Amino acid sequence: MIHSLFLINQSGDIFLEKHWKSVIGRSVCDYFFEAKEKAVDPENVAPVLQTPHHYLISILRGKLFFLSVIQTEVPPLFVIEFLHRVADTFQDYFGDCSEGVIKDNLVTVYELLEEMLDNGFPLATESNVLKEMIRPPTILRSVVNTLTGGSNVGDTLPTGQLSNIPWRRAGVKYTNNEAYFDVIEEIDAILDKSGTTVCAEIQGVIEACVRLTGMPDLTLSFMNPRLLDDVSFHPCVRFKRWESERVLSFIPPDGNFTLMTYHVSSQNLVAIPVYVKQNISFFETGPCGRLDITIGPKQTMGKTVEGLMVTIHMPKAVLSANLTATQGNYSYDLATKVLVWDIGKLNPQKLPNLRGSLSMQAGVPRPEENPSLNIELKIQQLAISGLKVSRLDMYGEKYKPFKGVKYVTKAGKFQVRT
Amino acid sequence: MSVSSAFNDEKGGSSSVGEPEYGHDPASGGIFSSDYKRHDDLKEMLDSNKDSLKLEAMKRIVAMIARGKNASDLFPAVVKNVACKNIEDPNQLIRASALRVLSSIRVTIIVPIMMLAIKEAASDMSPYVRKTAAHAIPKLYSLDPEQKDQLIEVIEKLLADKTTLVAGSVVMAFEEVCPERIDLIHKNYRKLCNLLIDVEEWGQVVIINMLTRYARTQFLNPNINESLLEEGSGGEKAFYGSDDDEDEDEEEKEKKAEAMAMAKRKPYVMDPDHRLLLRNTKPLLQSRNAAVVMAVAQLYFHLAPKAEVGVIAKALVRLLRSHSEVQYVVLQNVATMTIKRRGMFEPYLKSFYIRSTDPTQIKVLKLEVLTNLANETNISTILREFQTYIKSMDKDFVAATIQAIGRCATNIGEVRDTCLNGLVQLLSNRDELVVAESVVVIKKLLQMQPEKHSDIIKHMAKLTDNIQVPMARASILWLIGEYCEHVPKIAPDVLRKMAKSFTNEEDIVKLQIINLAAKLYLTNSKQTKLLTQYVLNLAKYDQNYDIRDRARFIRQLIVPTEKSGALSKYAKKLFLALKPAPVLESPFKDRDHFQLGSLSHLLNAKAGGYQELPDWPEAAPDPSVRNVEVPEWTKCSSREKRREKKVEKPFYSDSEGESGPTESADSESDSASGSESGSGSGEESGSGSASEESEEGSDSEEEEEEMEKDNKKKTKIEFKKQTIAPSSTVKSYELLHRITGEGLSVEYCFSRQPFSSDANMVAVQMQFTNNSTSETKSLHMEDVKLQSGMRVKEFAEIESLPAGESATAVMGIDFCDSTQAANFQLCTHTRKFFVSIQPPVGELMQPVFLTENEFKKEQGQLMGMNEITEKLTLDIKCRNEHAIVQRVTTTANLSRVPCGSDKEFAGRTVTSGSLVLVTVVTKDEGATQLTVNCEKMVIGTMLVKDILLALTQ
Repeated sequence: MIHSLFLINQSGDIFLEKHWKSVIGRSVCDYFFEAKEKAVDPENVAPVLQTPHHYLISILRGKLFFLSVIQTEVPPLFVIEFLHRVADTFQDYFGDCSEGVIKDNLVTVYELLEEMLDNGFPLATESNVLKEMIRPPTILRSVVNTLTGGSNVGDTLPTGQLSNIPWRRAGVKYTNNEAYFDVIEEIDAILDKSGTTVCAEIQGVIEACVRLTGMPDLTLSFMNPRLLDDVSFHPCVRFKRWESERVLSFIPPDGNFTLMTYHVSSQNLVAIPVYVKQNISFFETGPCGRLDITIGPKQTMGKTVEGLMVTIHMPKAVLSANLTATQGNYSYDLATKVLVWDIGKLNPQKLPNLRGSLSMQAGVPRPEENPSLNIELKIQQLAISGLKVSRLDMYGEKYKPFKGVKYVTKAGKFQVRT
Repeated sequence: MSVSSAFNDEKGGSSSVGEPEYGHDPASGGIFSSDYKRHDDLKEMLDSNKDSLKLEAMKRIVAMIARGKNASDLFPAVVKNVACKNIEDPNQLIRASALRVLSSIRVTIIVPIMMLAIKEAASDMSPYVRKTAAHAIPKLYSLDPEQKDQLIEVIEKLLADKTTLVAGSVVMAFEEVCPERIDLIHKNYRKLCNLLIDVEEWGQVVIINMLTRYARTQFLNPNINESLLEEGSGGEKAFYGSDDDEDEDEEEKEKKAEAMAMAKRKPYVMDPDHRLLLRNTKPLLQSRNAAVVMAVAQLYFHLAPKAEVGVIAKALVRLLRSHSEVQYVVLQNVATMTIKRRGMFEPYLKSFYIRSTDPTQIKVLKLEVLTNLANETNISTILREFQTYIKSMDKDFVAATIQAIGRCATNIGEVRDTCLNGLVQLLSNRDELVVAESVVVIKKLLQMQPEKHSDIIKHMAKLTDNIQVPMARASILWLIGEYCEHVPKIAPDVLRKMAKSFTNEEDIVKLQIINLAAKLYLTNSKQTKLLTQYVLNLAKYDQNYDIRDRARFIRQLIVPTEKSGALSKYAKKLFLALKPAPVLESPFKDRDHFQLGSLSHLLNAKAGGYQELPDWPEAAPDPSVRNVEVPEWTKCSSREKRREKKVEKPFYSDSEGESGPTESADSESDSASGSESGSGSGEESGSGSASEESEEGSDSEEEEEEMEKDNKKKTKIEFKKQTIAPSSTVKSYELLHRITGEGLSVEYCFSRQPFSSDANMVAVQMQFTNNSTSETKSLHMEDVKLQSGMRVKEFAEIESLPAGESATAVMGIDFCDSTQAANFQLCTHTRKFFVSIQPPVGELMQPVFLTENEFKKEQGQLMGMNEITEKLTLDIKCRNEHAIVQRVTTTANLSRVPCGSDKEFAGRTVTSGSLVLVTVVTKDEGATQLTVNCEKMVIGTMLVKDILLALTQ
């Protein structure tokens, strides 16, 4: 299975290595660096590489590469999924998954890696189990540790590992018992030049924050579960109950977790909350082009569109942009050729507009293609698919918890072709 | 615990330059102390009595390792402290950790200690410790492969474990140590299927992949009928069918017709165990773990009936929302699937549409899928989509799109002209790369029907003035040369221009200019003779020797001189031979001979340790090997029963009958502590640590009690050894013919199952069929006549057997290890029939499990008179290992000695328990030596005869 792990930063320095079997020299990474060099763009490095004696499987998280070395057959997704789990764990422990943070918590990082993998095979990957064994660092504790020479290794034994529900700690106690659920839906869409929908779908996720005493058994039901076409669950959800009754029945992990992700059946027409009128043209004569973008509300179900932002990857020949925005700010990054227009709240009475001229490199032929627009937005208090939670029941414990459900709609991969 | 890895750190202190120092090791500066002294004080601390000092020392070691320092000389001190003392700790977590540390030390001296510890832990009462034992197995195996046999024994034991905690880990060990021992899975197959949903994610992946392989060896191809029909009707290529159906000869056709007829005669019925696997894996398509989803998807792809495979499409499409690395792997697999099962992904066409923000490698893979999905109905949508892609800024992607259009054009005749026109339009694109790629693709397309498209060739001829990309120029020149008859006026002119620019061209272009010149010379020498000679002269003095060689070669070939040999006569044939059109096909074609989802599939090359996915068997092996008998001794106290029930219904597997959440919650926490898990305190909410401790104590007492019983069970099983029979097809014999029996016919067979009430008896299964028109009543046996010592246990009376019905009954006979017949009367309410049962010698034994070493040892004690050897020549049909094993085990109820170098089989006679050992040694040309070692010489002699007959028939 997984033989070694190397963490590599963007400039190509190996800043951490961990071997679960014998030590493999860093030189094995040279094959990876070669591939990285060739790919130009870091996200174009093939996740699986073959070298004469090893296989390299890597992921890119943030700006870091997690590179694992494999010697024999193993499903590549197994390794990829595990590496992401490692990165998630770092994120969970340190609030961030960056080189600096990892270097600051090196001892904890090694302790975690040692527990997560045994002889290259995943051992404890549940955050609850890990936290029992290795406590996440806090400022206070790290001060105390430095002074007293203490460590983050937990004093209690990780009994969660023995449990059939490894995702939940035993003996959880809260004075305020609360369970919150966020229903977050993302619209993935491609609109063509004329504004017609090429394809659109809704992907949803229910993020939960559950702080309940003891061993509660929760049941979450929906008003309209038939909307959900495809679902995937946290291991705590009882699949049979879902199959037969379309309710989510589960003993929740303690704290934050993703309860389910879903896809809304494609038969339903997807409401597109905004329309975009755009005109980007590059002139044949003279080194310049024009840009004119207006955004307006379309199907917003009476809610306000917030956090509106447009990102455009310009052709390389565009040197600079001289634009005026009626609302929000714009910026053009010369190095990456990315134009970002941060609009904010969409006001239906006064539609935001961005227009002006683009100056081009002289002597270069006019770009054949028009860049596409990527749109970000957010609508509070709305699940665009119409999904509604009807009730949450708790069994197994006597107290009355606080319950809450919040809905948000966001743009996912929302692209307008020009 | 990370200490262990540092022991193997051969690199020594290699902290790279510029890397800041970490850890709190006070001695790290290197100023205070030299290396040995630093380790000395750590050793002292480890040896001290105070736990706090030990802890501090360990922490420093961890910090050292974190900086890549070598801590290997501390290893004895750590082992002494951490591992050995704790391996017998009352707390299961400490025992487990100690084993983990011990097994992570890769030093050969400790192999025996490790083996001991693993064996101990494998029968620990805590499932967590057993899990750790399973994890330790591959470690020991990699350290010393010699231990394989012993480790297989441990694996076998752990495979029988009923807890979800152990299942994943032991299957992982199985896959690393002995993936070929598929026979170990039989008895655990159903249990693994049932536990699967509760196993942790990583274990699920390993188990599903292993079961896919298992199923391929044990069940029949569910698509057999379909594929046969398809092949027969010459329609779409069969999914699992052979690839050689292009030039099949008569014989093969006959065979197929035969097979088809057989398929019709014998409708396919899915083995219930096959169904169980499909049913129990399906919910896991909803897993949050992409690896699990992929594992189930490949299982369905390789094992499910065609009509059911579709369910995986939705789940795989869902994974496309995940990280780009996941997308990359999933798309590769989808690309392979879409070649064989296009229909499955068609509804999700739009999910593969490409966004400008996708990384290029993802774009190219999506393009591949879209191309595979293209058919007559959706091609117009796909082509419209492709049109937007051509405008992309990502030029590699544009090139891939143009190739994709080319493939669509070759695959779908209806759109060929549309595609060609589209590509021709691209020839006027501003971007040279686009034009070049188009030229190359157009060239391939034109080769299919050049006569229709001379205007396109003309158009391309004009491009030579502008286009600079060498590959494209070369393609155009080749095209004009190849089809110069279609453009007789333009071709010479192109050559004229090329001759002018010859010296400035790239090498590949120069070669094509020479080619063009040669072809024109052969077809139109009047106009081009001088030009050709000019070009050849230029080439003669070229800097590149390839070009000089080519020029010399061609001159000799086409210009007739007195010296030129016989070849010049054939010049025209050589140059203007009809060339086959290139086949544009997916690079993912036929990749599915690798198990999907595997590394080997992704790389399209066999990775180390890859286990081939076997082909479906022709006939299903005996399904009864998966039967697990419920032994009689389980009829114990009520408490035992209660537990048994709980085991069947593991904690989180949602059995259908779950009535309500309240109840389930209650029973769950109860069963969690009861279901052999030994976790006890795990779920008890809010109890303090003190009470936990005590509870655990009481719980483990219970456990121990149970373990004892468990052990008893095991020893009994070991004694009986009925579980390992690789029983082959059972032969049945006639006891009573329906004519003599006046309508009642009876057949019997030796079921090779242990006879439950008496271990010394051979079980005989009888099947009664009433072929008469009236009911037969009161079927029983009477007047048993036996040789001395023999005993019979009669079958229970069958009170009535209606007309046309069948019934089975089992009787037991103790033959006293002889082949003498048991005679008795079979009575109905009206008649009596004299019948007799005479056993073949092979049925007088039952299989035993021996390792090779044990086998060799036992054999050594049965030499001389007890050994009978025969030489024989094997029948042509049974020279392969499988056939030999099959024939021997059919003849005699023996089990194969695992991983023996020869074919060795072992058993014991039923009554006296004498060992029967059979060895088959094959040499060249089917020459074979058969040896039987048995204390009972009569049995040995007869057995040799029978096996001889079976092998030579």
